[in-house]
Amino acid sequence: MSRIDETFARLRAEGRTGLVAYVTAGDPDLARSAEVVRAVDRGGADIIELGVPFSDPLADGPVIQRAAERALAAGTTLRGVLELAARVRGGVRAPLVLFTYANPIVRMGVTPFAKAAKASGIDGVLVLDVPPEEGAETYAAFDAEGLDTIFLLSPTTSVDRIRRAATLGRGFLYGISRLGVTGARADVADSAESLAARVRAETDRPLALGFGFSRPEHVRAAGAWADAAVVGSALVQVVADQADNPDLGGEVERYVRWLRS
Amino acid sequence: MTASTLTPTPNFGARDPDARGYYGAFGGRFVPETLVAAVEALAAAYLEARSEPAFRDEYTRLLSDYVGRPTPLWEARRLGEAVGLRVFLKREDLNHTGAHKINNALGQALLAKRMGARRLIAETGAGQHGVASATAAALLGLECVVYMGTEDMARQALNVFRMRLLGADVRGVDSGSRTLKDAINEAMRDWVATVGHSYYLLGSALGPHPYPLMVREFQSVIGQEARAQVLAQVGRLPDAVVAAVGGGSNAMGIFDAFVADAGVRLIGVEAGGEAIERGRHAARFAGGAEGIFQGTRTWLLQDDDGNVLGTHSVSAGLDYAAVGPEHAWLREQGRTEYAYAHDAAALDGFATLARLEGIVPALESAHAVAHLATLGKDLGSEALVIVNVSGRGDKDVQTVAALPGGRS
Repeated sequence: MSRIDETFARLRAEGRTGLVAYVTAGDPDLARSAEVVRAVDRGGADIIELGVPFSDPLADGPVIQRAAERALAAGTTLRGVLELAARVRGGVRAPLVLFTYANPIVRMGVTPFAKAAKASGIDGVLVLDVPPEEGAETYAAFDAEGLDTIFLLSPTTSVDRIRRAATLGRGFLYGISRLGVTGARADVADSAESLAARVRAETDRPLALGFGFSRPEHVRAAGAWADAAVVGSALVQVVADQADNPDLGGEVERYVRWLRS
Repeated sequence: MTASTLTPTPNFGARDPDARGYYGAFGGRFVPETLVAAVEALAAAYLEARSEPAFRDEYTRLLSDYVGRPTPLWEARRLGEAVGLRVFLKREDLNHTGAHKINNALGQALLAKRMGARRLIAETGAGQHGVASATAAALLGLECVVYMGTEDMARQALNVFRMRLLGADVRGVDSGSRTLKDAINEAMRDWVATVGHSYYLLGSALGPHPYPLMVREFQSVIGQEARAQVLAQVGRLPDAVVAAVGGGSNAMGIFDAFVADAGVRLIGVEAGGEAIERGRHAARFAGGAEGIFQGTRTWLLQDDDGNVLGTHSVSAGLDYAAVGPEHAWLREQGRTEYAYAHDAAALDGFATLARLEGIVPALESAHAVAHLATLGKDLGSEALVIVNVSGRGDKDVQTVAALPGGRS
């Protein structure tokens, strides 16, 4: 049972809605990013997603685009993100999921990447632009190293493909609750509930719902239909706003704790 | 020659990739989950449409009666003397809207309408695809949003004005390098949010399957005509076909008809920019490596960590970090070869074609013209070469005039 499996088993046993927190690794730089990850963990996130900054983040909205630009400008690379993971791993309770575009891992080589990620204490990997159909080699390499492959599901995903993702995926499924790029919204889309219902009808695999969530009531709403809620852009915005605050960690921790309130 | 040999006849279904859109190891559909269903539906709709006589008839009618095809194949005698070759120009610059891009834009816009889309999304570099998309949208009564990097908007201001005149909503893209790749990122972001009612009209032979196939097939009319025309005019096949390669659509369009003719060299000319140094060019095969970018596995300019490098070219249409996957595959097979022309050589080609033939080419096409001097030394004056003049240069006149020395 992987660390991610254990986390969801515990959440279900406790009847609690999990919080998956996304941060762009290396934003504003790797040193402060380590502080941010530790603060997210202290704030009570159940899973931490580390976004690997990429030059062309075509599925991301402005907030995460800017974060990626800051991280790249600070010299963050995929190797740097893995080193960050290795550095924080010992002191962080939550499983770490790498959230990345394909090209950085293709450039490193899928198998060398999988080995390095495992060695760095990464628990799972989500490759944004490698859907199940394109990922035979990639996901076999992850399986071979015991890394959980996390797949995205969206309101446009067919029932057949939900089944495929549930079979090929490990850990949990990440449901995109609305069409569009990443970014905080004021409300929870109606499409979130219907997506969750469609997924639930096909599989018992844990489901985290995301895209647009920024407030505790969003997390609670997601909890009615899914195992966990993902908060990304809103948290990345807190990091952006507080980057130069000496108490960056404290601000991040308070925000994450509030999300769970 | 009989009239029928000059009826535009695109080459549909003759050289398909595998069912998953792969050309050897290149191609595929590397898109975010939300777009998977859309590209699958698009592939199915395209394969169905291209096999239907009614769709093909409507498309070829537009090519002949609206675009003005066939375009001439013109023997450029004065240019030929200057470069030491027998040179024929395929005059895509004479198409309605001034470039080959209209061939693809009309085909896809017809498909969009057939699929029930109300709104076209397009990206553009030099503005030619944006103009073609705006034109097709106007003709077919569709909304059109065009994403364009702000750097490209500045250097192709005439085309921005044309697009707006045609009723398109031109949106500047201020992220990244503010050029074509960033416009594609933004177009995809739009598509992810509006996939239910929008159609993404990609302008080059790149991106996820079925775009590389579909764009090449809608452009294949160029090669079909050129091959028939050279046989009619000269009675033999050319020794080489030369075309500029940005994403690669005009090149795939003219190469397609000659791929099976083993004796015909197929030469793509990339943008050599200022120098083949990091960030100063767009010659993917000279300085790139394999990777996955904007939906497809292909060659691209990237750093050691897999981030996509900035590019430079005097030509906005060639200023792009990746190349269409079929080019990567044909090159791997040894069927196509790639050279590059630096900015200065392209500007010389631009001026040379204007002065010797009275034809002002697009700066993109000027890269292909620029390669002729090299090819002349290589092949000799008996050799017959076809150059694809993919577009006209009106849009570039201001850029060229503003360069040091004015180039006039």
